[in-house]
Amino acid sequence: MSLDKHDVEKIAHLARLSIQEDDIPHYARDLNNILNLVEQMSAVDTNDILPMAHPLDAHQRLRPDSVNEVDQREAFQAIAPKTEAGVYLVPKVIE
Amino acid sequence: MHNKSLPELSTALHSGEISSVELTQHYLDRINTHNKTLNAFISVTDDRALEQAKVADKMLANKTAGTLTGIPLAHKDIFCTKGVRTSCGSKMLDKFVAPYDATVVEKIDAAGMVTLGKTNMDEFAMGSSNETSFYGAVKNPWDTDRVPGGSSGGSAAAMAARLAPIATGTDTGGSIRQPSSLCNLTGMKPTYGRISRYGMIAFASSLDQAGPMANSAEDAAWLMNVMSGFDKRDSTSVERDVPDYTATLNDSLEGLTIGLPKEYFGEGLDPKVAATVEAAIKSYESMGAKLKEITLPNTGLAIPTYYVVAPAECSSNLSRMDGVRFGHRAEDPKDLLDLYTRSRGEGFGEEVKRRIMIGTYALSAGYYDAYYLKAQQCRRLISNDFQQAFKEVDVIMGPTAPTPAFRFGEKTDDPVAMYLEDIYTINTNLAGIPGMSIPAGFVDGLPVGLQIIGNYFDEARLLNVAHRYQQQTDWHKQTPDAFK
Repeated sequence: MSLDKHDVEKIAHLARLSIQEDDIPHYARDLNNILNLVEQMSAVDTNDILPMAHPLDAHQRLRPDSVNEVDQREAFQAIAPKTEAGVYLVPKVIE
Repeated sequence: MHNKSLPELSTALHSGEISSVELTQHYLDRINTHNKTLNAFISVTDDRALEQAKVADKMLANKTAGTLTGIPLAHKDIFCTKGVRTSCGSKMLDKFVAPYDATVVEKIDAAGMVTLGKTNMDEFAMGSSNETSFYGAVKNPWDTDRVPGGSSGGSAAAMAARLAPIATGTDTGGSIRQPSSLCNLTGMKPTYGRISRYGMIAFASSLDQAGPMANSAEDAAWLMNVMSGFDKRDSTSVERDVPDYTATLNDSLEGLTIGLPKEYFGEGLDPKVAATVEAAIKSYESMGAKLKEITLPNTGLAIPTYYVVAPAECSSNLSRMDGVRFGHRAEDPKDLLDLYTRSRGEGFGEEVKRRIMIGTYALSAGYYDAYYLKAQQCRRLISNDFQQAFKEVDVIMGPTAPTPAFRFGEKTDDPVAMYLEDIYTINTNLAGIPGMSIPAGFVDGLPVGLQIIGNYFDEARLLNVAHRYQQQTDWHKQTPDAFK
């Protein structure tokens, strides 16, 4: 299969990426080339092969549900592009 | 002073032959002289470095210093450093001053080492030539018309030009080993989980691993001792004792079995690189090692598999860059969607966007099984190949990269051609096993690396195997004429 202009626009939307109209053809070309490379996987029979999600097949470590971090809101918000009264500002969502 | 090993520098500092301030200033002067040419550093932290050096000198004076106290180091700009810009090579984080330290930074600071600055890198570690950095390409000190490799290209160039005695890097698909190969360094990607990923900006979380980039295996072992160990703040960190990596460097290689995968010496490998690597491997026979041809039949699957797993994980990891909490934010967004899409569209470079899109597509409804699940199954096959091989051999050797350093622009028009640069390194990331690159000679004046791959947590053996070779050769001591 091959991605067309519409597919690229849809993927960019899902990824929340603005891309220039003029750049779409070359994104389509590059993404198709990468998908062709990836396609080589389909030549291999992987029935009955257990997917490997973690290199050491380790399980997520659990810890007691206790407070172990101190509040650093001011330090973290100091690097935010826009804050006010301790909250992050975004364009109005609800009319 | 800038051609000394870490043990030599440690001795000089402890004996009072030189102070940490003098040593730090010497490196800062070298950076000041050469960085304009090389573009190896994104940020040079002069004041902070000299402050750290003063503290180190006090510790040296009152005999509370450790072995590495007062020795300067450069960090790849992927490690969060509190109060210092941490850009990850991206416009997105150009103004990001990290509010906390990565565990690796914390450990290195605690050892009393001095941070000279933050090195250039491919944007979010996505690249094999350091050409995707927002801060411009890094030049290879061996030939400034050529790339240093990537993504840890800044650390590699800084080390090759002797602008730092040791540096940190990260390796998701070869980003420590390939630039080490192209710049004549000793670089190690440890076992996944050996070194904490906390505060190391995430690219592909199941593959990313930090490691040292050094002038020798001995120096790398010294830094491995500091960087390694369990960290409760990294959920994939492994609870396992850390050996003293320097203790076994001189062990005999008598009886060592070295596996040579036939897939690593086939089509695509530059014949001169092949000859150089084969000569290096041959010399192990005189040290008592046995060579054995092996097969890793699924080697060809590594790049296709990686270009599903890594983009999928990156698309998820990089979703946190949304223009709201930190990083670049677009001007005058008309609504929330516009804020997200334009902040990300403006903040990310082309290669990052390509990978986010591939990953988004691979994880999107209806495609998950065909791509991500299939890739995880292929990953198992690749890993099984290694486990099968390690039943017969102790370590595996081959080339690190298919060619020596290439010219700027040579592979930028074709992402797939660039991806093939990592053909021999990606497999180990997928399997999670450790790998090293060490200097093995030169082809037309350009360095060539020998790759040494081991089984899980076999870093000490890799360092031992590398060190014994470096006792008999001086490739690792060669420096480019312009940076003597």
